[in-house]
Amino acid sequence: MLKVNDINVYYGAIHAIKGVSFEVNDGEIVTLIGANGAGKSTTLQTISGLLHTRTGSIEFMGKNIVGVPPHKVVAHGLAQVPEGRRVFLQMTVEENLEMGAYTRPNSEIEAGIADVYQRFPRLQERRRQIAGTLSGGEQQMLAMGRALMSKPKLLMLDEPSMGLAPILVEQIFDIIRELNRAGVTILLVEQNAQMALSIAHRGYVLETGKIVATGSGEELLEDEAVKKAYLGG
Amino acid sequence: MNVMNFLNYLISGISLGSIYAIIALGYTMVYGIAKMLNFAHGDVIMVGAYICFFVMSGLSSAALPPFAAPILGTLVAMVVCTVLGVVIERLAYKPLRQAPSLAVLITAIGVSYFLQNAAQLLWTSSPKYFTSVVGNAQLTLFDGRLTISAVTLLTIAVCIIIMLALTTFTNKTKMGKAMRACSEDKGAAQLMGIDVNRTISVTFAIGSALAAVAGVLFMSAYPSLTPTTGSMPGIKAFTAAVFGGIGSIPGALLGGLLLGIIETFARAYISTELSTAIVFAVLIVVLLVKPAGLLGKTVREKV
Repeated sequence: MLKVNDINVYYGAIHAIKGVSFEVNDGEIVTLIGANGAGKSTTLQTISGLLHTRTGSIEFMGKNIVGVPPHKVVAHGLAQVPEGRRVFLQMTVEENLEMGAYTRPNSEIEAGIADVYQRFPRLQERRRQIAGTLSGGEQQMLAMGRALMSKPKLLMLDEPSMGLAPILVEQIFDIIRELNRAGVTILLVEQNAQMALSIAHRGYVLETGKIVATGSGEELLEDEAVKKAYLGG
Repeated sequence: MNVMNFLNYLISGISLGSIYAIIALGYTMVYGIAKMLNFAHGDVIMVGAYICFFVMSGLSSAALPPFAAPILGTLVAMVVCTVLGVVIERLAYKPLRQAPSLAVLITAIGVSYFLQNAAQLLWTSSPKYFTSVVGNAQLTLFDGRLTISAVTLLTIAVCIIIMLALTTFTNKTKMGKAMRACSEDKGAAQLMGIDVNRTISVTFAIGSALAAVAGVLFMSAYPSLTPTTGSMPGIKAFTAAVFGGIGSIPGALLGGLLLGIIETFARAYISTELSTAIVFAVLIVVLLVKPAGLLGKTVREKV
């Protein structure tokens, strides 16, 4: 479904992503794990078109999307829940969801919002509230609901567990698994490698801009080097 | 203190403030979305006033129903200013989207001088006498002790209508909401599929159309039209936008009205010469106490 082939991304003179290639197949949960600064978010932002690669290709459903402006990438069926959630803090919960459906016909919005409320009942309770008044967990749910409003085929999540209490992290990961079962392919970027690998079909380990290991979720959980570097022993 | 005089000053202050508020909307909306100060905004007012002037004088000998010429003049001015605003943004500001804000600021000042000098070249610097769009009609109250001109009433009414329309637009329409989303977080807005460049164009279009309206109203009250006419109301409206809290639409209204009232009272009760200085002194004091302006938001972010 998604095929990233030899991308190189620079921040000015800094070579942040060095020839990264990976793929995500239809129906999978794939995770990119790695330490802070390894290039995980940079990779997602490049796929979304917010950053640019100097080489290679990014194929989504058979089409090269390198050079497609970010606001058009969404319409291809590729949504991103950005790092730090980035919900629109001064808009209401419902308005945030409407923005998520920006590329969809107006006739679909109501049904889409109803779907999101079914998955996240908390959001329905707070639909008229300004997003800035939500708790961190609720904002994460809103960010995910907002991304789902675009009816994505592939959902990219950037550090969904960041800053959340362990119980909320469990809940968010349960939701990710449910979404996947409902047919959404997932690309998950996480520092919480343990959690990410436990729900992922496959994973890639990113280190200073390069992929250094790959395998199934279980394989990587058992891998000595991965254990040592990312799983605390 | 004479009560009737006081009322009279207050109403003129509100009327002048309404014009500042309409201009301030252009500054504040553009700042909210493009995060830039469009110092050429005042000169778009001047262009709008000239266009309206020429349409009205061109039609002066034609047999038209009353008010047809001023309405047509205003509409043509709005269309021309809308196009002008969008073109300025496309040619001068869009290429600088990633540039430091100082470069954009200098460019905006350059565009301002460009418009003033182009106007001088086209229309000379000798003043044109602008005829009020509603003539010299007056409303007389309290046995003639209080007279309010039709321009004053029209200005206040137009300001109210614009505010209501704009509030509805930003809160109820898809484009309006997209504008709010862009003003908060352009990156996240793009991830939603919002075309940020298009949203910025629409903002410039609306701001410039409003500038044309403000130009017509301002000239109806202060009829001497020259190529530099727009700069003073422009700079005062910018002050009003900062006063109310730049980026905030209600702030532009509040800042504009207060500025107009303070200026009119200062002129009436303190000193005509010092009125402008007093206005800016009040601004400085307000910014010392509330740096974000009266209704400005201090941004707090949850991580």
